[in-house]
Amino acid sequence: MTSLKVNVSGLRLKNPSMVASGIMDETGDSMIKMMESGAGAVVTKSIGLEPKDGHGNPTLVELDYGYINAMGLPNPGIDAFGEEMEVAVRAGVTVIGSIFASCEGDFSLLAGRMEDMGAAAVELNLSCPHASGYGMEMGIDPVVVKAIVASVKDSVRVPVFAKLTPNTHRLMDIGNSVQEAGGDAVVAINTLKAMAISPESARPILRNRFGGLSGPAVKPVGVRAVFDLYSVLDIPIIGVGGITSWRDAVEYIMAGASAFQVGSAIGHKGVQVFGEICDGMLAFMRDYGYSSIHDMTGVAHE
Amino acid sequence: MNEPVMIKRIRRESSDVVSLFFDWDAEAAPGQFVMVCIPGLDEVPMSLSTIGPEKSISIKAIGETTRFLHTMGEGDRISVRGPYGRGFRPDGRILIVGGGVGMAAMMPLLRSTGADLIIGARKEDELVFLSECREYTKNVWVSTDDGSVGFHGNAVQLMNQVLDEGSYDMVAACGPEVMLYYLHQACMERGLECQLSLERFMKCGVGLCGSCVVDGQRVCAEGPVFDSATLEKLKEFGKFKRDVAGRRVRL
Repeated sequence: MTSLKVNVSGLRLKNPSMVASGIMDETGDSMIKMMESGAGAVVTKSIGLEPKDGHGNPTLVELDYGYINAMGLPNPGIDAFGEEMEVAVRAGVTVIGSIFASCEGDFSLLAGRMEDMGAAAVELNLSCPHASGYGMEMGIDPVVVKAIVASVKDSVRVPVFAKLTPNTHRLMDIGNSVQEAGGDAVVAINTLKAMAISPESARPILRNRFGGLSGPAVKPVGVRAVFDLYSVLDIPIIGVGGITSWRDAVEYIMAGASAFQVGSAIGHKGVQVFGEICDGMLAFMRDYGYSSIHDMTGVAHE
Repeated sequence: MNEPVMIKRIRRESSDVVSLFFDWDAEAAPGQFVMVCIPGLDEVPMSLSTIGPEKSISIKAIGETTRFLHTMGEGDRISVRGPYGRGFRPDGRILIVGGGVGMAAMMPLLRSTGADLIIGARKEDELVFLSECREYTKNVWVSTDDGSVGFHGNAVQLMNQVLDEGSYDMVAACGPEVMLYYLHQACMERGLECQLSLERFMKCGVGLCGSCVVDGQRVCAEGPVFDSATLEKLKEFGKFKRDVAGRRVRL
């Protein structure tokens, strides 16, 4: 019997697909819509202690093979987000609470709040490339990452995932830091720091000047990152970056991912992308004799 | 894809609305919108008020960005991306209702269908597109809140009178959300299909960020035009919107 069910460090999902953080996950009703579209879980927009407007528009550049965004971590703050979580959790959505902060104490505080609100796991944003003082600015230092993950692990019982940045040559060191601190999984990759310039106006298009590149353009980078991490880590890896079709998802799994997230494809393929990916993957697994995602994880290393 | 375009001509539509015309060969359908970027300042969603090879946007000066657009001249450049969203799906005999500058979003549908039309405004000098509309349709009714011209009252009150006398298969409308809310109520009571164009604060414009959602519906992707069946299920329609940080606030 071929099955798409997965267990990622105790987080049991009906299928390995998740909505990536920042995509259609800021409100309770949005999360319900994504779960109804077939996602196995929904990662929330990254939530901080206080409400944050994010950067001014333009916040997005559309390219042939992806997007560059510089949203700047807009979010309603953890207090106001409580009502959104209540709506989603009551409706049965498996919510992974994404959080960002500028110190380990605040990360722990936010993780505890997310757990209290019913999050099935927390995802630490150690990788946003376009918000000063947050995300990637902390996530490129293995010592800082280790301290944050250890602190959060001490404060919650739900699984703790760390989302990593590809904008470093020390990816494997950072992955090891997460594992040594007791982290339950790594999520790789966040967006690649990027810029687009308008020749006519002779200036960067984004208000923030630079942003993060996502979509099909970054998929080979993500697959390589997951492959590298799998070669050094024992904890599960959640693959993310440019997944648009079942073939992309299978690439990530064969590189070493136990589950995967989809973001940009929700824009250009629509919300039905989760069903399409899962159906296609199941048919492939039947044809090629893989009975579970676990069977297929990391086979490209053999 | 960001496309630089040059403003070819400018037309003043009313005391506080101007249209900017530019050549842009993108395919567009009635009711779709574009993200308009003023380099170095802002990017905002705007309905297309003309959708041929020559396109236009029509702007009411409300905030910093729209006031800046009012200062632009022929030969100035802006950048546009889109068109985005789902527009109107006309079916049968249509009654179009446009409130205030919301009439801009209705112009392409009016030109392609020649449907009967109600234009509402607060007062006479805020009526937009009236003489142009008369080129495309025989039946135009006008309402003003202060009674300075036409029916003395709002566009929904006038619509109820028109619907009592005529036979229509659907109503298509754009305007202030409070008008759309009561318009939808009136159509539901009559069992009449309506398609309404909604507006929300928007960031990405392409269905990713979720900042423009009404309940779980993205105004930029499932909308901006929603049909009766969808509107009926929306708890936030006519009542709540999201601020720039994503907090739910009263309309």
